[in-house]
Amino acid sequence: MFYRENGQFKSSYRADQQIFPIAQDRLAILVLLLVAFIVVPLGVSDYWMRAILTPFLILSLAALGLNILVGYCGQISLGTGAFMAVGAYAAYNFQVRIDGMPLIASLLLGGLCATIIGVLFGIPSLRIKGLYLAVATLAAQFFTDWAFLRIQWFTNNSSSGSVSVAGLNVFGVPIESPVQKYLFCLVFVVVFALLAKNLVRSAIGREWMAMRDMDVAAAVIGIRPVYAKLTAFAVSSFIVGVAGALWGFIHLGAWEPAAFSIDRSFQLLFMVIIGGLGSIMGSFFGAAFIVLLPLFLNQLPGWLGFSISTALASHLETMIFGALIVFFLIVEPHGLARLWSTGKEKLRLWPFPH
Amino acid sequence: MKLKSLALTAALVAGTVGTLLAPSLAQAQAKEQFFPLLVYRTGPYAPNGTPWANGKQDYIKYVNATGGINGVKIAYEECETGYATDKGVECYERLKGRPGVTLFDPQATGITFALTDKVPTDKIPLITLGYGLSASQDGSVFKWNFPLMGSYWTAADILVQHIGKKEGGMDKLKGKKIALVYHDSPFGKEPIPLLQERAKQNGFELSLIPVTAPGVEQKSAWLQVRQSRPDYVLLWGWGVMNSTALKEAVATGYPREKMYGVWWAGAEPDVKDVGANAKGYNALALNTSGTEPKVIQEILKQVHDKGQGTGPKEEVGSVLYTRGVIIQMLGVEAVKRAQERFGKGKVMTGEQVRWGMENLALDQKKLDALGFSGVLRPVSTSCQDHMGSTWARVHTWDGAKWGGMSDWYQADEQIIKPMVKVAAEKYAGEKKLTRRDAADCSS
Repeated sequence: MFYRENGQFKSSYRADQQIFPIAQDRLAILVLLLVAFIVVPLGVSDYWMRAILTPFLILSLAALGLNILVGYCGQISLGTGAFMAVGAYAAYNFQVRIDGMPLIASLLLGGLCATIIGVLFGIPSLRIKGLYLAVATLAAQFFTDWAFLRIQWFTNNSSSGSVSVAGLNVFGVPIESPVQKYLFCLVFVVVFALLAKNLVRSAIGREWMAMRDMDVAAAVIGIRPVYAKLTAFAVSSFIVGVAGALWGFIHLGAWEPAAFSIDRSFQLLFMVIIGGLGSIMGSFFGAAFIVLLPLFLNQLPGWLGFSISTALASHLETMIFGALIVFFLIVEPHGLARLWSTGKEKLRLWPFPH
Repeated sequence: MKLKSLALTAALVAGTVGTLLAPSLAQAQAKEQFFPLLVYRTGPYAPNGTPWANGKQDYIKYVNATGGINGVKIAYEECETGYATDKGVECYERLKGRPGVTLFDPQATGITFALTDKVPTDKIPLITLGYGLSASQDGSVFKWNFPLMGSYWTAADILVQHIGKKEGGMDKLKGKKIALVYHDSPFGKEPIPLLQERAKQNGFELSLIPVTAPGVEQKSAWLQVRQSRPDYVLLWGWGVMNSTALKEAVATGYPREKMYGVWWAGAEPDVKDVGANAKGYNALALNTSGTEPKVIQEILKQVHDKGQGTGPKEEVGSVLYTRGVIIQMLGVEAVKRAQERFGKGKVMTGEQVRWGMENLALDQKKLDALGFSGVLRPVSTSCQDHMGSTWARVHTWDGAKWGGMSDWYQADEQIIKPMVKVAAEKYAGEKKLTRRDAADCSS
């Protein structure tokens, strides 16, 4: 009733190919963006901005990157943490070694370095696939862990192996307060989400999906596997690298390789699986589920007035979280994004959905 | 089915939105000095993190039971970090806004690094007793960091001094082989610059053997030890890494008498599992253990006997428990000192506590009055020196308990001071900070 496209006629190819062909969707996204850009900075506490929304945005970006590789191109990767680390350390090196390097440029260059490493570790995907490839990308994880721990040059000879950045600014505007950090990340996320959405709708995106669904058939109809797979690795690791740089620069401020450990890779893979493989929206749902839910579970006993020990709260958090993952995957194996689209379908037929 | 799960999603979303409102409700109360407690009671570092956290909490309960800080009651809340930097940052952001927030003790070197950049803007002091950034001893660059009672550089220096003394003079160290088996993280890497400096001056050969965090996998490290047969092994571990290292040493046949741990590798959880096999293992001691000190007796009487103790009663007075008590005592004393200047019986702000921390003057008399006689040496900080004391001892595990306390050692100023200065200078250069001037020091 409220969500119906009756009477919305498209008279040009342009109109037919919009990202959001239905007017209600366009309106909803507009409202969402207005809320994110204006209402949230005005009305949300610093804690939420800094400790919840900023990490949520950055991890959504990383999940988005991974989703292109895993969800759209079907190449399972466990090296996401590694590509994030490459992005972060490369951006750090550009920042400290080149005087007056603009922040955005070093973040993007960090992403570019991650692209190179990503393509390098993506080469095995030409010969192996599925779980075997996952193991091959695992090598990237171990290699970067080793490199950033052992090779002093990457950490600018920091004696402790921990690096930190300070005095961030964009065109003279400092990126220090929670609002500034939040908005900075938000701009990155919005721009990258838009680019990614358009990429997966374009010819290259179709090639990725053809590769995912049946690589032999795709090759037969004239898609070059080398090109399709490596571009997926390149785009994915670029986005993941930028997300890694943001995680180090904006969220942590100082970091060590442990910030991009294998746990991070798993976390991101879970986000993509729970959020929805092959869905831009799903990346956000997945990130929200994995970032927000543990925090919520952790603080819930306190709000309800139960005083339980910190250790028990922490164990409960892990247990309930694990159970919920299993529950969601049983109820909807295609992830939260599918739930969302089912909901939309029902709304279109409202009040008599079937 | 679909509808049901949709309803569930909706409920979850609603719940999350509800949390938006909750923090603002919690901010209503005040009039209490709030101590945020970052802890890790889960994960690979839990065996060591737990007694430490219990000690901190019990001392707060003890202070509250005896009337608070000049009448000001202490409030506290724990937040589980699991030793992870990002969780620690989240905890910090969650708790820093509470009314009456006093100081943070991150309990992890990685979290300390991340918070060091954040505390100057939030104006909350950071207390890192015996860990954290070694260079932060220089208070004129690190205005908000307080590595009280020692850093990894003083620890490494004291260990070298002790080994030198055992050998019969520092000149006897020439040609000796010393291996550093360390946790491969900022925590384990901090002592390296000092040991390299010492190796240059005293002529011993230093080999560095990293162990990947969390340290349960050490086979290759001890293979290296077996091959190179160093004269001494310095153990820079934390949590499960320590007991694993001792087990590996037993398996390798490396004499435990020649192993020296940092003070984070010298508590009961580290040796308990190995028991009698670890006999002869040495470690630095920042503080005593046991239930003899008056303050521990008081905690047992005022807190545990009333059934309000935090952990098991048998753990009271263990090495890390006592260290937790000391950390909390120093925090409370900083508040007291601040109250002397800014008004007794008032809740101190982070900035005022920072002043108190910078002007700590705990002489023997005060320590005795607090019940800490013999537990630690006097601590007195200043604007230049945020450490206040670099004294430590070495104790030995006799198979059942820690004992055989050595004499007190003090870190060699002639080595530490220039290194701290250079490192602080480098930090200030990177962050484009200027040294605090005299006026800022007296503020």
